[in-house]
Amino acid sequence: MKRWILPTLCFLAFLALWEWLVRAGTWSRVLVPSPLDVGAYFVTAFREGTLWPAIYVTMKRLVLGYAVGLAAGLPLGLLNARFKVLEDTLGVVALGLQTLPSVCWAPLALLWFGQTETAMFFIVIMGSLWSVMLATDNGVRNVPPIYARAARTMGSRGLHTWLRVILPGSLPFVVSGMKQGWAFAWRSLMAAEIFIAIPTGSGLGTLLHYGRELNAMDQVIGIMLVIVIIGLLADKILFSPVERFLHRRWGTSK
Amino acid sequence: MTTIQDELQNLPPEKLVVEGVSKWFRTRRANVHALDNVSLNVKEGEFVCLVGASGCGKSTLLNIIAGLETPDRGQVLADGKLVTGPGRERMMMFQESALFPWLDVMGNLMFGLKLKPKLTRKERRRVAMFYLQLVGLEKFMDASIHELSGGMKQRVALARALAPNPRVLLMDEPFAALDALTREQLYGDIQEIWEKRRKTILFVTHNVREAACLGDRVVLFSPHPGQIKEEFSIDLPRPRDINSVELAKFSTSITRALKYHLRKSAGEVDE
Repeated sequence: MKRWILPTLCFLAFLALWEWLVRAGTWSRVLVPSPLDVGAYFVTAFREGTLWPAIYVTMKRLVLGYAVGLAAGLPLGLLNARFKVLEDTLGVVALGLQTLPSVCWAPLALLWFGQTETAMFFIVIMGSLWSVMLATDNGVRNVPPIYARAARTMGSRGLHTWLRVILPGSLPFVVSGMKQGWAFAWRSLMAAEIFIAIPTGSGLGTLLHYGRELNAMDQVIGIMLVIVIIGLLADKILFSPVERFLHRRWGTSK
Repeated sequence: MTTIQDELQNLPPEKLVVEGVSKWFRTRRANVHALDNVSLNVKEGEFVCLVGASGCGKSTLLNIIAGLETPDRGQVLADGKLVTGPGRERMMMFQESALFPWLDVMGNLMFGLKLKPKLTRKERRRVAMFYLQLVGLEKFMDASIHELSGGMKQRVALARALAPNPRVLLMDEPFAALDALTREQLYGDIQEIWEKRRKTILFVTHNVREAACLGDRVVLFSPHPGQIKEEFSIDLPRPRDINSVELAKFSTSITRALKYHLRKSAGEVDE
């Protein structure tokens, strides 16, 4: 309980200072809207119903694209760690593509898929796939070989060893890779939404873009806030429980 | 009708037969001759200790018997059958416990049991509980592995190895990383379990006293290349105390032999 008081006071003080700086005219209201202006934007946006659909469109793109990235990245990572041929071919490609910001795929995606949802999915997938794959690969290589040996003497073979020993053994690495993949996907999606207009739906990035065009900085800051909150929630809801489990089991934190 | 001739040819096979096993490890820098023409017979229910300096190939031999490695020459028979890979009837215990950190204590015991067919979930849990009680850790069934002390980890590893009821237990310096007090406790435990469950145990160690304390037979290895040099029968009554005077006599003579063979293999002694 006490842990909440100090941060809350800090945030309130920060907001008050910000509001005061804008009201006193130190910061121009055109460049930096006050917290109350941003609050007012939220009220209108929710009343007019522009925000929820945008959040829905963005989350749908993110979640679906990320799911595909995971579904492909995990097995590819396992295969990459298992087969030398893949490591020398796909592994190198993956390493290269992981360093490529996936919004760089936008021109090609537009050409291949047109201004469609598919183009967006493609960019999100490219953002998450390679980190997940490389983290899984790295995780597998970090599993002490003695686990697999012990499992083999207990009668574990082939696929069973991979699914019940190697994969859980590499979980700490895999989860941090999943987290990184999520962050990359989120970033690239935002960049792509600002960059590309898709007629079938406006996401948060599109609203941010409109905000800039209309010079409505209250909208820009409001959308940024929503993006930050979604990121925080994803971390708390999706990853924190898994990480807590890992820390408890492996004994890696207090 | 069986003739005497038949019976002589169909003698009950030894539990483990190692026949002329040789093994080389080829690395980029060197070609290490790990085992040279090693032969060893182990009877059902026998407790055999393999002693030697580090790097004498005794762990390699254990891995070959476990089926985790293949010999370059020679063969290993378990119950008269050629060993071609790991099998549940030959369970292995390592120096590090090799317990799975993503499972709790119970989960670790269940791992091997789940791979054993024709058991219900209830039976598996009962068996796991039985062996946890045998090593005195039933209270820790829900504990994570990192919460256990080194000695407790090796006890859980022992329970995990015993649970699928193997006939042979292969132990690769299982107590080497433990402190002396914990180790002495485990000497008592392992002798008690061996008396109760009558397993065939092959126990690798570099600790001569430990070998004399546990083994019916102590087999002496010398390095470069790994060879069996001598065997000692330890006919002391059980349970044995590692600090007893009688035991010290055995370990002294084994140590003397060990040193002699070490010097010989280093070329310091003539035949």
